[in-house]
Amino acid sequence: MARSPDRRPGFSRRAQYGIFTGYVIAVVGVVAGLVVLGVSMFNPEAFAFARTTASEVARPLGQAGAETRSASQGVFAAIGAYFNAGRQNAALTREVQAARADAVTMHALQQENSRLKALLGIVDPAFKPVTGARLIGSTATSTRRFAVLSVGSHQGVQNGQPVRAAGGLIGRVVETGPDTARVLLVTDPDNVVPVRRASDGLTAFVQGGANGKIEIRLINTGVATLRTGDVFVTSGSGGLYPPGIPVAVATQPHRDGATGHLASDPADADFVVVLPAWQANAQAALVAAQKAAPPPPADDNTP
Amino acid sequence: MPLPFLPARPEDLVRRRLNRGPLPFLAKGLPWLSIMLASMVTFSPVVASAPVLPPLGFMTLLGWRLLRPTLLPIWAGLPLGLFDDLYSGQPFGSGIVLWSLTMLAMDVIDEKFLWRGFIQDWLTAATLLSAYVVLTAAFAGLVTSYPLPVTVGPQVLLTVLLHPVVTRIVALLDRIRLLPLKRL
Repeated sequence: MARSPDRRPGFSRRAQYGIFTGYVIAVVGVVAGLVVLGVSMFNPEAFAFARTTASEVARPLGQAGAETRSASQGVFAAIGAYFNAGRQNAALTREVQAARADAVTMHALQQENSRLKALLGIVDPAFKPVTGARLIGSTATSTRRFAVLSVGSHQGVQNGQPVRAAGGLIGRVVETGPDTARVLLVTDPDNVVPVRRASDGLTAFVQGGANGKIEIRLINTGVATLRTGDVFVTSGSGGLYPPGIPVAVATQPHRDGATGHLASDPADADFVVVLPAWQANAQAALVAAQKAAPPPPADDNTP
Repeated sequence: MPLPFLPARPEDLVRRRLNRGPLPFLAKGLPWLSIMLASMVTFSPVVASAPVLPPLGFMTLLGWRLLRPTLLPIWAGLPLGLFDDLYSGQPFGSGIVLWSLTMLAMDVIDEKFLWRGFIQDWLTAATLLSAYVVLTAAFAGLVTSYPLPVTVGPQVLLTVLLHPVVTRIVALLDRIRLLPLKRL
């Protein structure tokens, strides 16, 4: 196919100027884009207003998508259930029997725990979830991992609040609009979650790898080794995430940690719950201290 | 009663008359609309924990640019890239830069190669698409200031392989665009 000759307008001044202006705007686009990119690198929150407005506009689309997702998952699950109904039934019966015994033990332990807490004078703060929501979208193309929630500041959602699904932690709210909110997923490389091993309380932190997996790094290396199947829950340090939410399961142990997968994949989460920030006053104090801090001292090597 | 005949071509859906022409807003607006809708695919039922989807908005832009070189003005990368930035989750501005650069690069490629074919179009698209995917990942990595692991390999491969499919969809949209719906 030969190139069409539309870009050679002949002697028409108007057409010539039109084409010239087109090139000027295109080059201005590149330059302006670079400037905007620079600004958003130093201040990622700079264009949050534009993004939240865009999410608000696309909210109905995402709602419909979320309903389709849960409906189609239901259909596939129902079809799949027929294939191993008998085996599953036997396995579930066994599990229920075991779980009943566990539940009794659990109940006793809870009672003992509350009695001991009362003895020590510890009062659990009222910890009610802010609201329930659907995940209505995610940045499925970008290496940055964000998802969009179907609730916003009208429902009481604020920046910094943790978001969890039934299976485990999903992420935390980073941008809030009137009826939508943007969630930084645990798999984003910017999201670092302090965790401990559920079995013995070994401290570590979880960092996203942007490829759907996460890295579990031990704080004290060389003390203990991780094994495949180790479950990690939030430790509550840092004041951002309440303790005890499952985060990750180790799958490939290595020298100073392990590669793992998420306890709760956002793709499977129909509904999520927005929790209040664990220790909001501690976080506020930290932010205030960072703001009030003097600029870092100059490098000694500079003359 | 026999089933109504389902035509294979969109042109067969409407009556062919001599005094009909394409609708102006469809003929002009469908490329823009399709690219913007493809950018909004983040609001699809897929909630992914990893970057799995190819950059569909950018692929549609490239499809239209390769199919109809003069349909989109050369400055189209600026508004469309801005719209893509609103939804892609990338640092704001990466779409504006890369989409504008793509339109300029396509102009240079059109100047260099006067004759074009399927393989050459695909090679052009493969080069631009891989550069786009790698650069978007690089921009995202710069912002997090954390060296991102090489996770874009499968995405690049999928994107390049999907390009002919997107081209076919764009070609179908192009025929819908030119349906003679308006009475002249």
